This record gives sequence, C-alpha cells and structure tokens, in this order.
Amino acid sequence: MTETLSAQAPLGTPPARETLLEVRDMKTHFKVLDGIVPAVDGVSFSLGRGQTLGIVGESGSGKSVTALTIMRLLDIPPAVIGAESEVWFDGREILHMPIDAMRKIRGKDIAMIFQEPLTSLNPVLSIGEQIGEQVRLHLKVNKREARDRSIESLRMVGIPSPEKRIKQYPHEMSGGMRQRVMIAMALSCEPKLLIADEPTTALDVTIQAQILELLKVIQQRTGSALLLITHDLGVVAEMVDHVVVMYAGQIVEQGSVNDVMLEPRAPYTMGLLESIPTAEKRGGRLSVIKGVVPSPFHLPPACRFEPRCPYAWDLCREVAPDLAAVAGSATEQLARCHLHGKVGESRRTGALDHHAGAMRVGRGLKEDPGKTLSSRGDR
Amino acid sequence: MIAQTPPSASSGGEPLLQVRGLKKHFPIHGGILKRQVATVYAVDGVDFEVYPGEIFSLVGESGCGKTTLGRSILRLTEPTAGTVRFDGEDVIGMSADELRPLRRQMQIIFQDPFGSLNPRMPISDIIGEGLLAQGLTDRKARDKKVEDALETVGLRREYTRRYPHEFSGGQRQRIGVARALALEPKFIVCDEPVSALDVSIQSQVLNLLLDLRRDFNLTYLFISHNLSVIQYFSDRVGVMYLGKIVEVGTVEDLYRNARHPYTIALLSAIPDADPRRRQKRLVLKGDVPSPVAPPPGCRFNTRCWLREQLGKPERCTTEEPELRALSSGHRVACHFEDSITDSTVADTVAAQSVIDTAAAI
Repeated sequence: MTETLSAQAPLGTPPARETLLEVRDMKTHFKVLDGIVPAVDGVSFSLGRGQTLGIVGESGSGKSVTALTIMRLLDIPPAVIGAESEVWFDGREILHMPIDAMRKIRGKDIAMIFQEPLTSLNPVLSIGEQIGEQVRLHLKVNKREARDRSIESLRMVGIPSPEKRIKQYPHEMSGGMRQRVMIAMALSCEPKLLIADEPTTALDVTIQAQILELLKVIQQRTGSALLLITHDLGVVAEMVDHVVVMYAGQIVEQGSVNDVMLEPRAPYTMGLLESIPTAEKRGGRLSVIKGVVPSPFHLPPACRFEPRCPYAWDLCREVAPDLAAVAGSATEQLARCHLHGKVGESRRTGALDHHAGAMRVGRGLKEDPGKTLSSRGDR
Repeated sequence: MIAQTPPSASSGGEPLLQVRGLKKHFPIHGGILKRQVATVYAVDGVDFEVYPGEIFSLVGESGCGKTTLGRSILRLTEPTAGTVRFDGEDVIGMSADELRPLRRQMQIIFQDPFGSLNPRMPISDIIGEGLLAQGLTDRKARDKKVEDALETVGLRREYTRRYPHEFSGGQRQRIGVARALALEPKFIVCDEPVSALDVSIQSQVLNLLLDLRRDFNLTYLFISHNLSVIQYFSDRVGVMYLGKIVEVGTVEDLYRNARHPYTIALLSAIPDADPRRRQKRLVLKGDVPSPVAPPPGCRFNTRCWLREQLGKPERCTTEEPELRALSSGHRVACHFEDSITDSTVADTVAAQSVIDTAAAI
C-alpha cells in the first residue's frame, strides 16, 4: 500500500441523479506500528434519495470506518485512503475535494449521529450554543434566528419545553435525552443524508424503542436518506430497506432487507442469523460460528471467512471470491461466496438446506453428542 | 439436549436459594460534614427463590438493581436488610470464616471480560486464586485443577502461563467461566455474561453455559438486559424495575401472557430480526426515575401506559402494589393487572405519539 491521497486523482463519471450517495471501491487502511490494517478494503454501495440503508457487522468489520471515511473525519495519516476510491454525494465527489469545501457539506447536507451521546456533545457548551453554532455556520443566519431554529429542532425530536432545555448542559440530561439532542442537532440544517452510527447501542431497551421510532418518523417526515450502522440484526430488520453485511473490511452480502434477513446467501450472514437466540430455538442448541474474527494483520489468503465457514472447500483457500449476483435470485442480491459461482453449484443446495434446517431448530431437536465438543471452538 | 422442564419450580421441591425481603441501600454523603444527605434504594425488598438445576433470570434496565441484587446474595456487597438462605443455611448471618466454605459453592461470572481479569496475573493465578483461598496450597494439585477447568470451557491446557491480553473477548469470558468452575460450585451468578460479546461469540458462550449446567448439575442466577437471550436461556424470569421485582413466572408465563404493563412494554421493545414482523411498538414515555427518590405508590406509575388509559386512578400513586400470585408460580405487582386485554395494548399502541415520548422536565 503506497497509495496516498492526491487532489488530482482521476475521477469516474458521476452517478445518476436519483442516487444520493455512491461509494466506489473504498479502501481505508491504517498504518500502525505492527503493519497495515485494511479496515475497509474495496467497499462499494449506493443509496438513493430518501432511502434507508443499513450496514451491519461485528466489531472490527469496518462499518464505522466506512462512515468516518465518507465524513472525512479520519486523520491522514495514520489513515490512508485508496487513490481509486471515490465517494459521490449529491452529484459531487467528496472524498478528494478540498477539505474546506467538504466542511460546507459536513453538518449541513450530511449529518452524523454517534453512538455515545455523552462523549460526542461538548460538555462546556449549552445545548443551545451547540446547535446554534452549527446553524449559524451553515445557514448564515443571525443569533436570534439560530436560537429559534434550535428550539424548533428540539421540539421536532419531542423534547418538552425546548426553550428551557437550550440553556442546559449535556450532563444535566439522561442518555435518551442526549441522543435526542444529537438527532436534533443533526436535523437542524435539514440534511439530505443522515448517518447514524450505532445510535441506540448505549441505551436501554425502552429508550432504544423511543429513539428508533423517532428516527423512523423523522426520516419519513423530512425525506432525508438514512445510513444506519449497527451490529444489531433486529435494529436493521426494523429500520431499513436495504442491507450491506460487512466482514473483515469487505462486503460479504448486500440486498433488500427481506432478501438478506430471510434468505441470506453468504455463509457469514447465514451463520449470524442462525446464532440469534429466539423463542423457537428454546430447548435446542444455538448454532455457532466457530472461531473468531481474523486478525487484520493475518487475514486468510483467499476468502476471509473461510477458516470459520462450515461450507468451505479447497477453492475457498486458493481464490478470493468476488461479490457477485446470488444464483437463482430475481432481485439484486449479491454475495461474496464461491457457492454462487459455477463450481459451487453442486454444493449450494446442501448448504442452503443446512441453513434452512438450522433456522428451523426447535423443541424436538435431538443432539448429536459429538457436536458439543466441536462447537466449543477454541481458536 | 437441555432439560426444558424447570426441575421443581412448581412441583414444590426445596429451593436451593431463597431470598426474602432483601434490601440494599447506598448512602449518599454530602456537605462539609459528609453527613448522609440521601439514600439510593438500589434493591428495595425482593423475594424470590431458585430451585436446584434451574436457570432463574433477572431482567431489567440499567439502574434497576439487578447487579446489586446478584452481588448482595453472594455478600460481595453487604445487604442492608433481608435474608438469603442457600441450601438451607442463612448466608447473611454468617461470619467471614463461616462463609468461606459456602463461597466455594456459590460463584459469579462477571460481565466485562476485560475489566474482570487482572492484567498482571497469568491465567493460572487468576483461576487458581479461588482454590488457594479455599486452602488448596499444593501448587501442583492447583495447576492440575486449573488446567482441567480450562479444558472444560474449551481452552487449551497450555494456556495457564499466558496473560489476559493474549485472549479475545470470547476466550476471556471462557476464562471467567473457568475461574468460577474451578471451585466446583453448585450455583453460579452469571452477571450479563454475554452482553459485551459479538453475536457470533455470544452463542458460543451460551452453549457452553448450557453444557456445563447439564454436565455439572449447576444452577444459575442469570442477570441480563437482553430479553431474547433470556427467553432462549431461562426456565423462570423475574422482571425488575427500580429495585423491585414487578413480575415473576416461567418463560412461557412471561413471554406469552405478560401481565405487568412494564413487562409488556419491555417485550414490545425488542427489535425482531425478521423484517416480516415489523410492527408498531408500545413505546414507554420518559426515563427510569432516579432510585434516590422512587415515585410513591407503584414505582412504575410515572411511565405506565395502563394508568394513563384507565384515567390515572389514585391508587397507583398512593398504594404500593404487592407481588401477588395469578397462577402457580406467576406473580405480578400491579393493581389493575386484570384490566389488561389484547385490545388495551393495541389501543395504546394506536393512540401513542412516538415523538412525544421524552420525559417532561
């Protein structure tokens, strides 16, 4: 990796007008003492105006780095962005544009909500000052108008008596209330794209329900597009129309929420869904994905999921699979797996049957004692 | 295959653990003289029992007192009032010396696999510490037990000389399990054992805990905020809110026929991984009140949707509801539990405004 950020990077053609965000071959690597971490390694997806897309993955999959790269919030170095990587937003390439131009977009047309509202709000500024600062900067309005607008956005996210709340500081509020403030701040300049990075992970389940319902209503009301980043498959299923599943820096599956969650075709997605504890699985063992996520310094040579994959064979250790159309799917569902290539044809049915069986695990399941030991994966 | 019938929850056997009127109040000191200015009512009168071989779960949001309750039972924090009987013996009245042999039978697995293992200790010392405290001074015998415990949780015997930073989160949690297991306990408090783990690792640890229960005849008190995990994992469940149990019953009782407005809202809040089951949720208003000043009467009254719908009856704010039995083993603390029907819930969901759910100042 010797690619560096260059202002003269050759650009491709802009995407169609109805595409709000298009990420092309995003590569974000980090140079650290021990070597190079390919946190995001060739990720491409697009999001239409007013649409919702979820990026789901476990810790270390690269989902947050994807968002931070779009926002250009990473320090370069240690981050290195691929020279061929492009991010098109609203007809403009934003990954290579001068940072001053990006600052005009960030916070205005693209707003972000972070996971931990306490650390992402400034503790020494009142709520009103924090929202107002952004409004005045982007909308070039005076103090009074900024204040009115701040109150309006707080009201929009359901904060009672916003006139009083704008004088308060973050520590005076509960976690749920702070997350509402974050959403209000993000919405204050009427963004075209809202990026929410694990917006409810730090919250209790009843407060999570409040915030998710709020996000849904606001997204519909304002017509902004939503890029939701989460590790929670339940949140994804509830909130978005399209899903991207990431594993070890790559997209392993993408498609509509119904396709990906109900008929997953990448073994990693299949395994994740099989391992969710549900009422139907009571009395049976949970399926597990054996082993652990590979270290970014020692990624498997070909398919990155191969060491943990129950369906892998020789080819998976020799040739890295491409993200390609899922065999037999009429929709635009993509999976990164040799099972969907020509050579995988003979194994595909068996794998899909195995998955369907695992999803049906119920009360009557008889356990094979031999399985117990192998499932205690020790890697 | 796990035994799905709770061994003696309703069949009237002797409980392994019996908790009666347990309270833990933390004083808050303030002012120049550091006098006590307030009290946190973390656990405020809790009764339940755990039967041999069963998994009893406590569920609730942060600050409801579930962790404090688990620690008070083991006397890791001294309870303010109440009794805890383990295997017929009074745990609270014991002196430290009397307690030590009992500690061997009651162990705990902590939530945070990073914070709960001493980074300066090799695994052999982390797991062996409890054995040493129990009087096993022979190093060789101790190391043998440590290695056995490691093997039981699916780790290699050679790992004893390694340090915690060399392990992943899932492996550390296995080490935490091995530490508890090394003493051959009868009963383990599992305090959010999988909350810090990724989904694919979470199922490995849950399977391990179920295997161990079967192989070693263990009884678990399982503490979690994750309702899906609890539904899959437990035999009976107690729902906590602000230091009290508001509903207790078998998993079937609770998940099919919840009778407390709080339980109903909690269950409604779980996001479902099946996009076909998208539905409008019952969203509770506001936040959990502070345990320093719990609301008078029913502690849930400030957020209760049922109370709103019934036209705010006075009884909810004046009289604290008792935990009373509905059927064998299913108990609920609500004055108006019998007015809950399918349509009351549906009406509330239809009428609610999801924007205005923040608490008023």
